[in-house]
Amino acid sequence: MEFLLQPLTLLTFFPILGVLVILFLNSEMKNAIRWVALATSLITFGISLWMLTQFDASNPDLQLEAKYPWIAVAGWNIYYYLAVDGLSVLLVLLTAFLTPISILSTWTAVEERVKDFMIFFLLLEVGMTGVFLAQDLFLFYIFWEFTLVPMYFLIGLWGGPRRIYAAIKFFLYTMAGSILMLVAILFLGIQTGTFNVPTMLTRLPDLYATTISPQTQMWLFIAFAAAFAIKVPMWPLHSWLPDAHVEAPTAGSVILAGVLLKMGTYGFLRFNIALFPDATVAAAPWIALLATIGIIYGAAVSYAQQDIKKLVAYSSVSHLGFVMLGLFALNPQGVAGAILQMVNHGLSTGALFLLVGMVYEQTHTREIKVYGGLWKIMPIFGTIMLISSLSSMGLPGLNGFVGEFTILLGAFGSKAIGNPWYAGISAIGVIMAAVYILYMFQKVFLGPAGEITHHHELKDLNWREIVTAVPLVIFMFWIGLYPKPFFDILAPAVEKLLSALPL
Amino acid sequence: MTQPQLTDFYTILPFTILVVWACLLLLADLFIPKGRKGITAFLAAFGLAGTMGYAITQASLSSTGFSGMVYLDGFSTYANILLLISGLLGIAVAYGYNQRMGIERGEYYTLLLFSVSGMMLMAQAADLIIIFLALELLSIPLYVLAAFTRKLESEEAGVKYFLLGAFATGFVVYGTALVYGATGNTSLTGIFLAASNGTSGLLLTIGAALILVGFGFKVAAVPFHMWTPDVYQGAPTSVTAFMSSGAKIAGFVALLRVFATAFPSISADMTDILWALSAVTMIVGNFVAISQTNIKRMLAYSSIAHAGYILMAFVPYGNKDVVSVSIAAGLFYLLTYVLTNFGAWAVVISLEKAEGKGLELNDFAGLSKKYPALAAAMTVFMLSFIGFPPTLGMVGKFYLFRAVIAGGFNGLAILGVVTSLISAYYYLRVVVNMYMREGDPVTEREPGLAFTTTFTAVATVVLSFVPQWLFLLASTALLR
Repeated sequence: MEFLLQPLTLLTFFPILGVLVILFLNSEMKNAIRWVALATSLITFGISLWMLTQFDASNPDLQLEAKYPWIAVAGWNIYYYLAVDGLSVLLVLLTAFLTPISILSTWTAVEERVKDFMIFFLLLEVGMTGVFLAQDLFLFYIFWEFTLVPMYFLIGLWGGPRRIYAAIKFFLYTMAGSILMLVAILFLGIQTGTFNVPTMLTRLPDLYATTISPQTQMWLFIAFAAAFAIKVPMWPLHSWLPDAHVEAPTAGSVILAGVLLKMGTYGFLRFNIALFPDATVAAAPWIALLATIGIIYGAAVSYAQQDIKKLVAYSSVSHLGFVMLGLFALNPQGVAGAILQMVNHGLSTGALFLLVGMVYEQTHTREIKVYGGLWKIMPIFGTIMLISSLSSMGLPGLNGFVGEFTILLGAFGSKAIGNPWYAGISAIGVIMAAVYILYMFQKVFLGPAGEITHHHELKDLNWREIVTAVPLVIFMFWIGLYPKPFFDILAPAVEKLLSALPL
Repeated sequence: MTQPQLTDFYTILPFTILVVWACLLLLADLFIPKGRKGITAFLAAFGLAGTMGYAITQASLSSTGFSGMVYLDGFSTYANILLLISGLLGIAVAYGYNQRMGIERGEYYTLLLFSVSGMMLMAQAADLIIIFLALELLSIPLYVLAAFTRKLESEEAGVKYFLLGAFATGFVVYGTALVYGATGNTSLTGIFLAASNGTSGLLLTIGAALILVGFGFKVAAVPFHMWTPDVYQGAPTSVTAFMSSGAKIAGFVALLRVFATAFPSISADMTDILWALSAVTMIVGNFVAISQTNIKRMLAYSSIAHAGYILMAFVPYGNKDVVSVSIAAGLFYLLTYVLTNFGAWAVVISLEKAEGKGLELNDFAGLSKKYPALAAAMTVFMLSFIGFPPTLGMVGKFYLFRAVIAGGFNGLAILGVVTSLISAYYYLRVVVNMYMREGDPVTEREPGLAFTTTFTAVATVVLSFVPQWLFLLASTALLR
């Protein structure tokens, strides 16, 4: 029992309980299934808040450890090891926060195979939480790969017309990256004699001084980076993302943008930077280059989209570019801004996907040009959309600004990147974001009524949809107006991470 | 040569029990009326289970018998238990199928028992002569079984298997002769001692290579795999399920034993050959599987590809520090493979109709709506073949790659993971058909199939969370 009552174990595996209950429900009892899933995810969120109360923000180390030998055969030394620190705590909370919101958004949108949908969704939550908490590379790899399976089904079963193509592309693309990481994990495990990350960190400096050459370290860095860069996705490895997003059901898109992409940036933060310090410093300018290209490219391509969902999808490429730029600035502002921006992107892009899904449910089209004048008919929807859009483009007073500003500040003065031009060019991305987002907003909500707005009897949001979207809006304002508590919780861990770098 | 003592028989008692039981069953079957051959199946399963019970009690024993002709050690016991499990599952999937296909005859089960006993002897062999005997004992019943339906394709499969199998056996015999010529020994330890005294040389290497070729046929390694798709497709599916598991275990177990015990001194040459063999097998098996539309052929190529993965475990066999890990990894992967493989074939058998219908990939369309449990089980097997969590296949591959990387063969490990990625494409196609396409499949519900599917699926998932005792078993199953 002691094993199960650890806050982190409970947090990670509680959704399994919901899955078990749902398994025993008849698939015709759709509402019961929905309520069970929602209740499970809300209790999980409650557990995550309980975890937060136990969390000591001033402590830079791993906390609330749940650590048991798992596979202790000679030479294996694999631990069941979950722990949280300032780097991951916000992302864990974000996961637990977005899951009930996504489930709520499927209330009327998913009518087919509700049982399977909820099972996959809750399993996905287990995988995502596990990714952020695992401190043993074997355990991490299992969670990391496992998240693919439910997401594959979510896209492939409830997605749009090209869903099978998108699902397979998503699966193969992501797997392509992670298998190289597997080889690197095994190599590290054999060299250090452990898969446990904190122990590995104590043994690696000696190995870097003796047996592991800088070239090897760089190869290991690249192998890990391949897995994470595809997930982020960094330019030029992003091509799976628009397909997956456009075809995925709304809740899938929300989770994909909100959490799954963060697994990539989190991987860079937790593993690449910590495990391969020399390679990280050496690679920083190159990553910054790719990130900057991604920012500009993502923004430019967004502008060209005719499909709202695709526009938001490409904007993710641009936003995640900022996160990468901040991470590899390798100074406290940059990294802290990047972590906060991960949360911000989860909130604002999650909200945008959610809102696009709500209107799509009524009209079954996402073409920008058929809309127009939506504000008059759907004022509540319009307001929430406006706030989310402004948050996404980084208007001061909302969350996006805080993250992007801190990142640019960090990148500008970064010794690791060594060139303020990257920050300078990236700042153009902020302006471009304003262009494509306002362009979309104007075409959809303002001006004369478009063909869809004209012919459809569109209803404004109902109470359920408002309840779904408002929590996100609250956090947009909170982080935008008073980000201090968020920065405080992650600052010590960031300091500790960066202090180990040879800068 | 001393006279065999009673204690000698103790060392091969599981084998002896099974052979005697099979002989008795052959007689008993005469008195079992046609149409009630279920009794024969039950008795055969009973014999296997009893033998397994005894084999388990031998877990901690370690000795040799018949003047060093056979071993009894953790390795052989592990393999014996694995082979007996395959035998049991082989009967479970066969019983209903044989009735349905109108090929219900008692000999089926007796032949299967003989084949299993041959495989068990193979696992215990300490001498190349015994290996040859065991090879014949396991193969000949399989040739007959492959031709069991007496339909054209089945007979073609039987003859093809027989001809190529005989050819392969010829290689083994010739290799044995050359090894004997080089070392004056057929006993594995004798060969090792003679070879490490410096009497080795080209002759020994050629002999070892020929033995490798012979076993390459048995385990379906490229370029000796040509028979596999045709035989797997033509043979009754129940036979294919058994053959693709049991014969593969036996072949690999013998190879592991022979190479690790007798040929470490020529590892410098053999490692390169094994490297290439493993690489080519993974590449060809996985690439050709992509273009298959028949599930039996696809699984046949998948079985070829998996032979390549298991062969990876052999590559570092000459490295003293790594060899125990690589043997354990190989044994562990064989278990993984057997469970997953039987499960997948059981699902295929559930869908197969008489006249060989129901075997195209398209026939799986819509399976998840009508039979969610069956589709979920098949998904587990496909994920396990890919090497994805939460299945045993992932743990198995992790172990294999670990052994290879520990041996310093990073390139081969990368090739292994890249081909796994390719394999994901065709395994996922089955999942796509089951879940994402509409169709109206009809399956047969038989207790044996239901048992096999449930047992293997649950084991594949559950054991992936608690692999520790399996690891212990595999890693203590070292060679004597």
